[in-house]
Amino acid sequence: MTQTATFINIGERTNVTGSAKFKKLILTGDYTAALDVARQQVEAGAQVIDINMDEAMLDSEAAMVTFLNLIASEPDICRVPVMIDSSKWSVIEAGLKCLQGKGIVNSISLKEGEAAFLAQARKVRRYGAAVVVMAFDEAGQADTVERKVDICARAYKLLTEKVGFPPEDIIFDPNIFAVATGIEEHNGYGLAFIEATRRIKATLPHAHVSGGVSNISFSFRGNDRVREAMHSVFLYHAIDAGMDMGIVNAGQIAIYSEIPAELRERVEDVILNRRPDATDRLLEIADKYKGGAAEKAVEDEAWRALPVNKRLAHALVKGITTYIDADTEEARLKTTRPLDVIEGPLMDGMNVVGDLFGSGQMFLPQVVKSARVMKQAVAHLLPYIEAEKSAGEVKGKILMATVKGDVHDIGKNIVGVVLQCNNYQVIDLGVMVSTDKILETAQAEKVDIIGLSGLITPSLEEMCTVAAEMERQGFTQPLLIGGATTSKVHTAVKIAPCYSGPTVHVLDASRAVGVAGSLLSNAMRDKFAADVADEYARLRAKRAANDREERLLSLSEARTRKFPVDWSAYAPTRPTFLGLKVFEDYDLQELVSRIDWTPFFRTWELAGNYPKILDDPTVGESARSLFADAQAMLARIVAEKWLKPRGVIGFWAASSIGDDVALYDERGAAAGVAHFLRQQVDKRQGAHDLCLADFVAPEAAGYRDYIGGFAVTAGHGVDERAKAFEAKHDDYSAILLKALADRLAEAFAERMHERVRREFWGYAADENLSNEDLIREQYQGIRPAPGYPACPDHSEKPELFRLLNATENTGIALSENFAMWPAASVSGYYIAHPQAHYFGVGKIGRDQVADYAARRNVTVQQAERWLSPNLAYERNR
Amino acid sequence: MTRDERLALLPALLKEHILVLDGAMGTMIQRHKLDEAAYRGARFASWKRDVKGNNDLLTLTQPAIIRGIHEAYLAAGADIIETNTFNATRVSMADYGMEALAGELNCEGARLARAACDEAQAKDGRPRYVAGVLGPTNRTASLSPDVNNPGLRNITFDELHDAYREATAALIDGGADIILIETIFDTLNAKAAIVAVLETFDEKNVRLPIMISGTITDASGRTLSGQTADAFWYSVSHAEPLSIGLNCALGPKELRQHIQTLSRVADAHVSAHPNAGLPNELGGYDLTPDDMARHIGEWARAGLVNIVGGCCGTTPDHIRAIAEAVQGVPPRVPPPHKPVLHLSGLEPLASVQ
Repeated sequence: MTQTATFINIGERTNVTGSAKFKKLILTGDYTAALDVARQQVEAGAQVIDINMDEAMLDSEAAMVTFLNLIASEPDICRVPVMIDSSKWSVIEAGLKCLQGKGIVNSISLKEGEAAFLAQARKVRRYGAAVVVMAFDEAGQADTVERKVDICARAYKLLTEKVGFPPEDIIFDPNIFAVATGIEEHNGYGLAFIEATRRIKATLPHAHVSGGVSNISFSFRGNDRVREAMHSVFLYHAIDAGMDMGIVNAGQIAIYSEIPAELRERVEDVILNRRPDATDRLLEIADKYKGGAAEKAVEDEAWRALPVNKRLAHALVKGITTYIDADTEEARLKTTRPLDVIEGPLMDGMNVVGDLFGSGQMFLPQVVKSARVMKQAVAHLLPYIEAEKSAGEVKGKILMATVKGDVHDIGKNIVGVVLQCNNYQVIDLGVMVSTDKILETAQAEKVDIIGLSGLITPSLEEMCTVAAEMERQGFTQPLLIGGATTSKVHTAVKIAPCYSGPTVHVLDASRAVGVAGSLLSNAMRDKFAADVADEYARLRAKRAANDREERLLSLSEARTRKFPVDWSAYAPTRPTFLGLKVFEDYDLQELVSRIDWTPFFRTWELAGNYPKILDDPTVGESARSLFADAQAMLARIVAEKWLKPRGVIGFWAASSIGDDVALYDERGAAAGVAHFLRQQVDKRQGAHDLCLADFVAPEAAGYRDYIGGFAVTAGHGVDERAKAFEAKHDDYSAILLKALADRLAEAFAERMHERVRREFWGYAADENLSNEDLIREQYQGIRPAPGYPACPDHSEKPELFRLLNATENTGIALSENFAMWPAASVSGYYIAHPQAHYFGVGKIGRDQVADYAARRNVTVQQAERWLSPNLAYERNR
Repeated sequence: MTRDERLALLPALLKEHILVLDGAMGTMIQRHKLDEAAYRGARFASWKRDVKGNNDLLTLTQPAIIRGIHEAYLAAGADIIETNTFNATRVSMADYGMEALAGELNCEGARLARAACDEAQAKDGRPRYVAGVLGPTNRTASLSPDVNNPGLRNITFDELHDAYREATAALIDGGADIILIETIFDTLNAKAAIVAVLETFDEKNVRLPIMISGTITDASGRTLSGQTADAFWYSVSHAEPLSIGLNCALGPKELRQHIQTLSRVADAHVSAHPNAGLPNELGGYDLTPDDMARHIGEWARAGLVNIVGGCCGTTPDHIRAIAEAVQGVPPRVPPPHKPVLHLSGLEPLASVQ
């Protein structure tokens, strides 16, 4: 899908007239390094790259052709359009003959009169490019608003009426000239561009406005901080006036709101020509900012020259660990108490990080990287602090745990890191923590808050148990609830009523700090707790009202609405074998290309779909950096065999019997039973109430159908290595590894399903789908997993594991609540029928629970416990 | 009926029907199992190089066979016949030392197709169109032939442009109604063709419709030179073509998603002439006429296409089945032109409006 952008960044560094570095590379023929400049531009977010070879010492035509041909062989560069920039038409035309995509010509103008202008415009159109028209005519370059607008209007008329140039492909450059040069006439240049832009956009429909932004700050060469501020302020106003493209250094634009107020005001005075002494006033303070923020694009090391406290702050905000030990040591030697280093520069840096994160200007991966720096600094200081025996001042003590029976901890670890960044002491009890241990530790450590996490649905039930036990033992501390399956509604309806202390659902890591802060502030605690309690009470009331409206069918009626499959018209494909097939040490490389990256970014709270997220204007930079780290770690995972994927698949003959599926081995002997649940929602007439058993042929079909099962893991090796990272205070890498292992496990499941369809079961032998299609599940058959919406009961896993002999064959163990360990594991069934599809069982009634209990041969109470997230009624505890 | 009269009817036809293009030429020629002597004919009996496999040469040496193939496709229901000129450029003919024949091959190729169309048109009064084919040539303007020297090219834009100008002029002289730039695996080659075609129109003071058809080479979903389908469209839309489409390389199953992309982004008509599936182990094609018709019929009902036909492995039986499958199905209605700037590299850039 093509999206709409409001402003296009055109990378300016591949320009011999604007970059001394690039010019040197081209003149010396170092095209490899010159390509790196282009690549850095694209990686830094340039959406188009401007290429200029106008240099007297060069054969500009040949250089343009060589460079464009080389770029054409670099997909990570030539994925973006090119702007061919030259004042010589022959260079432009030579460049156009090398571009397969639709690029931009920069530029043509009326400088040589109408005939030449029209001839060049016609050619540009024939070559299929958009065009930049400079506000330049026979009389010269336009510097006043009137001249700029008049020339552009004249060019627009000629292009649209005489050449038939589409107006949307016309881009005007009304000339950005340097301001604050000391020459009074120049003071109005910034404003003239902005005003001309406003008029051009208002009067010349569909045309665009662009310009070379760096020109504006030419008189401040050598002071990048002031230049960046000028660019940012200029763009802020020009974009508001309608400028929709700009040639900029994509990696080097200050954030408007981050420019210090004093600097911003004086820059704004200059750009908007607001007072006669604007230039002098900017010059007055300019030196103060000199060398403050050097060129980021080349990873400038200028910050190393700052005083040590500033270096520490910089390292924290940027997440750089390279020098942290040396810098921390230097800071320690300068203070009387090592604690001063933590409470001084380190805390100051972390506060900046916290503020940027809180205001949405920094994203989770960066925060976790900052935390890594902090932890390493603190680790360096710890021996000296221990010697001094003095406790640091913390905002509060928070206990965190993944509840009993659950092994998932990525989200919990992220929240822990974020809280630590904000000066909370976190006591992390890890995974599969019993209620007793949580409450004993909370007593012994006198914690201020208890945070519970979980991913699988039985954990919801465990959280209720913890809450009820807290009530019984007379706890009063706030209880925080988080994790992928938790929700505000569940917390309000199921957990909060169990506990009279404050009980709060925390949606994601970014909220954790705010919630903890409110609950531990004497001033805010009571009001905050009361507000949450009120909100949850309303949710419960609303929920109760809705419950009455949601009607369920009786189970027997729902069964009459089963999914109708014409079994007489179906001939099941026999799998190539019945029984088990085990995969030891599956090829990691094969799984890497099948990773679905979108959920990976979601883990890090970066919203958006891969690969588009990499270009996202808000989180793109953060996503690209995270993605690069992930790729680097993946390469090591594969090359150094960090992980050992193991899996098992099995096939059985099968027949559905009601809502169960009976499995038979190759000799026809009964092998086991899979029990499924049926939707009971009262749907519109003619719709079906589905059960997975509907997609397996019944005994009455007269033949046996087949069903498959699988258990795969990419988690062997994760824990040891993650612990090693944590020991080195590198939570970032530990979390990254766990997140990648999860993705590899999913990729393993997806790849295995593909091989099952094409090879092992073979019912879709000629299937040939792209990775995107696979991710969108555009194939025949499904692989539902116990515990997920189509078969929500996790307690079916032991039977599946028994059938697959999964623990022995793959090393995956099941917890008492049926979580798989290692956590990066996937298990489920294979169902082949072409009409089989995913659905959610949703709410079920007492009659189905009783029926299910009978089928499973357990008490109704036991079944209710297993099925509690799906119960349409309140069960008696 | 003159060319102008025929072309005047085209917009209305496209509005009411999905038009049918013919099928494979090479597949049909193979059936004749011609030997070297048959390819040479009398005229090239003593030619200095082997010419077996130079299918375009058969226009001159076995015109009855080529005309017979055109007639078979017309009888099967094709509205548009492609000339036997896929390789008839100076660039490709260099393989046989026959560069000098490029003009004649294009002119005769168009004439032969025109004669077959005139005959069919005379029978039932239905207008039939000759699409003069400009193939991709055997060179790529934006890829290096040597992996160790990525900046190298074995053909220039100007060389391609000159070859296409010569071929286009001859196709028009021979009676082509439409210029079809097809099987584009490198968009830069096609852009050279577009410049050449438009210049030829200027020179001859005519303006024929242009059809443009690219090739998605494999499951990567990109052309050989790396573009996605939408980026490809934005790169050639300046030709203001009658249609944009895809052909060859993939079968209908694999091609559908990319046709869907074009159908969504392009304000031109959309064409598709896929292969009869992917090549099997023996290099043959397995999709039966019914298989093809089922797929393409579904595309038609989904409103994705305006012009359909077949590429490698398809026969008059395939075209007959396809024609029946789309008969009476309303054609896709191209969306109106939106004045939005689209740019592209290998991928499209977010649009600016």
